Amino acid sequence: MSQRIVVDPVTRIEGHLRVEAQVEGGQVTDAWSSGTMWRGIENVILGRDPREAWLFAQRICGVCTTVHAQASVRAVEDALGITPPLAASLIRDLIALSQIIHDHTIHFYQMQAFDWVDVLAALHADPVKTAAIQASLSDYPASGASYFRGVQGKLQAFVNGGNLGPFANGYWGHPAYKLPPEVDLLAVSHYLDALTFQRNFIRVQAYLGGKNPHPQTYLVGGIARPIDLNSDDALNDEGLAQLEDLFTSALHFVTQALLPDLVAIMGYYPDWAKIGAGTGNYLDFGDFSSTGVPPRGGTLNNASLFFPAGVIRDRNLTRLETLDPMRLTEEVARSWYTYSGGNDEAVQPYQGETRPNYTGPTPPYAHLDVDSQYSWLKSPRYGGAVMETGPLARMLISYADGRPQVKNLINSTLDQLHLGTNALFSTLGRQLARGVETVVVAQQALVVLTQLRELIASGNTQTFDDSKWDPSTWPASARGFGLHAGPRGALSHWVEINDGKVSNYQVVSPTTWNAGPRDASGQRGPYETALIGTPVHDPTQPVEILRTLHSFDPCMACAAHILDADGTELLRVKVQ
Amino acid sequence: MAQRVVSLGFPSFRKADALPGLQSAPVLASAQQDDATSGDFDADLPAGFLATLRAHKVSRRRFLGYCATLTAVLALPAALAPKVAEALAATNKPRVVWLEFQDCTGCTESFLRASDPDVGQLILNLISLDYQETMMAAAGTQAEAAKAAAMAEPGYLLVVEGSIPSDVGACTIGGRSATDILTEAASGAAAVLAVGTCATFGGIPKARPNPTSAVSVSDIVAGKPLVNVSGCPPVPDNIAATIVHFLSFGSLPAADGLGRPLFAYGNRIHDACERRAHYDAGEFALSFGDEGHANGWCLYRLGCKGPDTFNSCPTTRWNSGTSWPVAAGHGCIGCSEPDFWDTMTPFYATLPDVHDFGVEATSTEIGLGVVAGTAALFAAHGVGKAVQQHMADRADRKPPADDGQPRPGTGDIPADGSGDRTEGEAGA
Repeated sequence: MSQRIVVDPVTRIEGHLRVEAQVEGGQVTDAWSSGTMWRGIENVILGRDPREAWLFAQRICGVCTTVHAQASVRAVEDALGITPPLAASLIRDLIALSQIIHDHTIHFYQMQAFDWVDVLAALHADPVKTAAIQASLSDYPASGASYFRGVQGKLQAFVNGGNLGPFANGYWGHPAYKLPPEVDLLAVSHYLDALTFQRNFIRVQAYLGGKNPHPQTYLVGGIARPIDLNSDDALNDEGLAQLEDLFTSALHFVTQALLPDLVAIMGYYPDWAKIGAGTGNYLDFGDFSSTGVPPRGGTLNNASLFFPAGVIRDRNLTRLETLDPMRLTEEVARSWYTYSGGNDEAVQPYQGETRPNYTGPTPPYAHLDVDSQYSWLKSPRYGGAVMETGPLARMLISYADGRPQVKNLINSTLDQLHLGTNALFSTLGRQLARGVETVVVAQQALVVLTQLRELIASGNTQTFDDSKWDPSTWPASARGFGLHAGPRGALSHWVEINDGKVSNYQVVSPTTWNAGPRDASGQRGPYETALIGTPVHDPTQPVEILRTLHSFDPCMACAAHILDADGTELLRVKVQ
Repeated sequence: MAQRVVSLGFPSFRKADALPGLQSAPVLASAQQDDATSGDFDADLPAGFLATLRAHKVSRRRFLGYCATLTAVLALPAALAPKVAEALAATNKPRVVWLEFQDCTGCTESFLRASDPDVGQLILNLISLDYQETMMAAAGTQAEAAKAAAMAEPGYLLVVEGSIPSDVGACTIGGRSATDILTEAASGAAAVLAVGTCATFGGIPKARPNPTSAVSVSDIVAGKPLVNVSGCPPVPDNIAATIVHFLSFGSLPAADGLGRPLFAYGNRIHDACERRAHYDAGEFALSFGDEGHANGWCLYRLGCKGPDTFNSCPTTRWNSGTSWPVAAGHGCIGCSEPDFWDTMTPFYATLPDVHDFGVEATSTEIGLGVVAGTAALFAAHGVGKAVQQHMADRADRKPPADDGQPRPGTGDIPADGSGDRTEGEAGA
């Protein structure tokens, strides 16, 4: 019997995601992904000073709280012909790398872990066995039986209190959970440790950007954190030492806890290497250049990028296609917007327009009309093709490009699980790729920090280029784009500047690529495709659907955004 | 001192290092001189709780010291520390329902960064966080059921993050509108904590041209004690401390005319700023990266909005006391103030020029009169009368007296808005 199930709210994500799925014969046969909230931040940016667009864009998301700021300043710098000083680019990269480490850690322990880890089963664990498992996995410092017994005692006291708080109504006891209680206890322990780790580690962004969330240091032309080894009010030796300390602690945590935990947990879920494959097409813009040159697509500076840009089609890792940002389009045929040239058009972001047009049901509603428009997300396409982006796309592209650091770690991780590369095209593969990426990013952060130190030692301490700060130096009309590798994948910002004000602003976010609805030709988005075939043991307890959705790490606030082209002229009148 | 991580015995992978150059908040300085911080006060703690402390290898003395620190963060007299300790030792964890509407989850993330107390202590020991979409295990109907169970009896604390759109379909959860969900949840709440500038004042969704007709929590919720913990996002410890105040006293902390807790929003950034001496001496950074900028001179000329902003950033600082934007070289953007996206922009323009009046006042002319001056500019610009009153009130307001007396509780804020909050679309 075919049955329509609804998961809304999808929790342990950023923002508001709704999924409707058709379930038949114990598995998903079709799915519709819907973003159910929008604010119109690009609309708010219109008519503003482009130098402060990044502060507005940053508020698109407080989870990946650096990525829109980074992409925004890059877009404006591209439009105005500004190259930030190398030290500024390296510091921006350190912030971005810390963001990936932080996001992936919270995603692993706080957001997706409970899809695989049964918290209550941890009460039945033998702490001595947990300690033995820990010892077999890594040299993580908190590893004795007494430590795990202590955590178990706290958990028992918590449960005895009678109120499970955020763990209430979880899917505990569901037959989809396969871990031995000892591994559950290990994961619960590290859930708590990760809360402490993330709070401490994110001080990287406070040192460099004053605070987190929403660090406040980006400038069009550089960053606002000066470097001066003789000043207490600038980045100095002491600050660099603190950064090294924090990044070293991160490398320890992700190599001793995150990746070994991931391997230990996924070892009990080999079936998930055959579930959740998705579109088979992967895209990333690349990032983190040793020369400070931002990613632009093409082949020009690909070799200098830590993450190369590229496109993979049909799971073919032997052919890496060169990325051309101008082939990006967005479609709105199934979204709550209209296009002036017709709703079946595919529009490049420079020409992007979005007119909100909510045609969904009036709340309260039981079901969306999935045969017409059903999401606040657009459908990004690359030359008309559906693309998945994110850590899996990045790791596959690095793998296909023959990057040894990534290739070796992926191979050794797959070996531990007795899996081949085909296993990467799955829900499990997305998880593994994110874990591997966290480790290589933590390693790279220390490399970038060393490069920054050497640069400073050579006397190059400039962090801001003020030559184009004054709007009188700008052309009357300009446009540009900024690409960035955020934790959830390929991000691009597209800006048009006229008479010193933002006249057009478009954001194409990673989660829009992944969570977007069907397009004009009926092609499903990556979430929708990946969900097909996902088993559902009990339609009233859809924990398996959460596994595949969480493997993408949804970030819905990033994904839903609008630009009201009709409002542009009106806004210009109001701008002072 | 207060910024140091205080752990109730939760496992810590790596303890926060003591930070060189850490500045203690003035409000904390007095508490530190008080014997109470060393735990030399008495509190009536139940035997069961003392056993729990022992199980966590936390001494009674250390617990009391921790409570004294919390009391100081809340700017409460040290004499109230025993009350805090007794309240925290009570086993009955209050239910907390945390709703997210038009948000970026930055306030939830900020809550995760709290160190006094940290989020682990909060969710496991102090509150029962029964509904919080970013953190809860359950999804879909199970999540809705958890919320229904938490709200079955009135008396829970309702936390709201994000603004609420008036336009149909702009924010639905489980097929219901944000307004519908908020109205239902507020009806049984003992108190409402609006967290972040979107929930408190409308925030970025309400910024010009307000594409979804977004409003604040106080525009929707009537007849409930409500407190506005503003900021984009709020300082982590201010969220945690407001919750702890509710736990300890069953009421919301004393607030200013905008409904913001005085312990966190009682001081102007400019008055507590570590770079204030440079302002007074006329030492200004004139360009990012110039010598003054590298040497920590005042950022006023680079657009700092500290003179018109009330928040605890310079004293509490961010991320376990590590830094704050001005210390890191970028001006304050006024993110805890109503409609700051419109009234504080352009962010890089010097304050009197912010509203494009072409008034080129010198720094000395501005000086201490800056707030009154800004009020005059608002008036000249035809922004609502309410704003003028708000600014005038501020110009008259003195920093809270450090007289050791509890200030009158103003947890019961008029639900129709909050006295003098901005009316209409300032700057639109």
